[in-house]
Amino acid sequence: MSDKIPVTVLTGYLGAGKTTLLNRILSEPHGKRYAVIVNEFGEIGIDNDLVVGADEEVFEMNNGCICCTVRGDLIRIIDGLMKRKGKFDAIIVETTGLADPAPVAQTFFMDQDVGDRARLDAVVTVADAKWLTERLKDAPEAKNQIAFADVIILNKTDLVTPAELDAVEATIRAINPAAKLHRTTRCALPIADVLDRNAFDLDRILDIEPDFLEEGHHHHHAEDIRSMSFEIRGDVDPDKFMPWIQDLTQLKGGDILRCKGILAFRNEPKRFVFQGVHMILDGDLQRDWRKDETRVSRAVFIGRNLDREEIRKGFFATAA
Amino acid sequence: MISLAPPASLTQHVTQLDAGSHVIAAAWPGGVPALALADGAVMLGLPGLQRRIDIHGGAGLLVAASTPGRLVTGGGDGRVCSLGATGEPAEIHRDPKGSWIDAVATSPTGSVAWSIGKRVTACDDKGRLKTIELSSTAQGLAWFPKGYRIAIAHYNGASLWFPNTQTPPEFLEWKGAHLDVSISADGRFVVTSMQELALHGWRLPAKPTEKVAHMRMSGYPAKSRSFSWSHDGMWLATSGADAVIIWPFQGDGPMGKAPRECGVRRARVSQVAFHPGAYVIAAGYDDGCIMLLRMTDASELVARHATRGSAITALGWDKTGKHLLFGCEDGAAGLLALPT
Repeated sequence: MSDKIPVTVLTGYLGAGKTTLLNRILSEPHGKRYAVIVNEFGEIGIDNDLVVGADEEVFEMNNGCICCTVRGDLIRIIDGLMKRKGKFDAIIVETTGLADPAPVAQTFFMDQDVGDRARLDAVVTVADAKWLTERLKDAPEAKNQIAFADVIILNKTDLVTPAELDAVEATIRAINPAAKLHRTTRCALPIADVLDRNAFDLDRILDIEPDFLEEGHHHHHAEDIRSMSFEIRGDVDPDKFMPWIQDLTQLKGGDILRCKGILAFRNEPKRFVFQGVHMILDGDLQRDWRKDETRVSRAVFIGRNLDREEIRKGFFATAA
Repeated sequence: MISLAPPASLTQHVTQLDAGSHVIAAAWPGGVPALALADGAVMLGLPGLQRRIDIHGGAGLLVAASTPGRLVTGGGDGRVCSLGATGEPAEIHRDPKGSWIDAVATSPTGSVAWSIGKRVTACDDKGRLKTIELSSTAQGLAWFPKGYRIAIAHYNGASLWFPNTQTPPEFLEWKGAHLDVSISADGRFVVTSMQELALHGWRLPAKPTEKVAHMRMSGYPAKSRSFSWSHDGMWLATSGADAVIIWPFQGDGPMGKAPRECGVRRARVSQVAFHPGAYVIAAGYDDGCIMLLRMTDASELVARHATRGSAITALGWDKTGKHLLFGCEDGAAGLLALPT
């Protein structure tokens, strides 16, 4: 996988600061060359032969279900860029404020030509500290972008009070507790916090923080998108778990935006990790459980209209 | 008919060329070998006499098509250019915003068409421009043989457009994302490749009382991005499987008929090119191998051995069928001269 070109997806609602972040990435002296796919020409302050305009064309592949959508323009552009390998080190895709990140992410798993040559590194969402709470009420796109993110940049923190900032962060955490979150003004943060995250690489899925698992922690917001996480203190039975997770993602894939887990399989010295985007599921055995680690099985689901009790029961029924 | 008797290998008849960049197309404008390259240049000339002609600069060359006399290229700089055997490039069009040229097509009569996103422009042999805006991105273009009508592949079907009339295009509907498009030599069949790993075909009515008939050609393990019609228009060779898949277009077309398969290997066919005068197919594979396959007796000759990281990306026969020009993803290229 090392020679696959990493692709970072920048999302964020209108005016949150995506272009500021993009210009910051491009103008820093990091010695890397980026091909940039943008939805609006002319906002980038850098001369670059490899700035490409995209038109965000979503293809429904089978029956129009969200799980089977891909971005046709991305497939075409990445195909064109890959003929010029050696001219750039990474690709950054900037989406419009109204874009749904799911078809973008799914393109890397559903299109073989793209998946063979490029890998999704992370979905980075820029959020406006002052307006996000409002947008979450009236814009489903804004909520999707938060739910989908691997990295959230909570920007324009200078425009709110510390109490307001804590409140908006709590709102974000209710939707997506698993993302890395950075508070910034004018998107000022080290580039390494944004690029080269390997968020979709099973080998790099970090431990799911036990903090997320504190029951009752995030219940004060009535969001239709929410996260839920579960922990079994011990092993699960792969013969029960695999059919369960496959059925769940097939049946509820439209509502599950992202899922991740680290599991202890019975009689298996290695950790099993999985991650998913809607119906697309990827899982593999990873490193050995260390001697100083307790064998526990944890899973996180982020989605819409999910029945927490049903998923909890299903997961706990796979315990070995 | 050319002779494909032993030797079983033609590799000693290949002159190696170094194109230095991913080869987009291999063509013979005015009978001179030309390789269109992703780095924005065209390498023109016989081995030893080649020149690199920079056309699209750092923005790169994305698409190319050829007529007997010219090679037409579209670039990441928003320009469409043409190049003849003399090597003097001429600019046909320049997009003011410098948007990528997504597709380009030429007709035997010298007409050119290109697309930028949803906008398709046709340019006849006198340089007159006509433009149409579609509801989705034009992924592929092909002229009908007489050069009066263009087929445009797009999301959920294809559109047939007469650029010189006010008539709105005729819409051929089929759900899914259509990529490349090709027209049979008699103009009766329109064939597209699809994101859904299939081809779709339409048989156009010969009389007003007939209806459009559909042909579904599925089962490909990968996208089929290279098509080639036999010299008599009876067969369509396609890439995308571990053999060349050849569909029969005699009579009513391939509906209900099985395709022929030639050149089965443990690699995927990436390019196909029918010989201009015989039932022989040049097949390029993603492992870098090139085979010549004769349909009549399934005999096979190796023209290039598998070469790691050097998938075949372009094949082009000259008019006489005595020379085959090829190019690869790593910039390797070559010229095969068939022994006489």
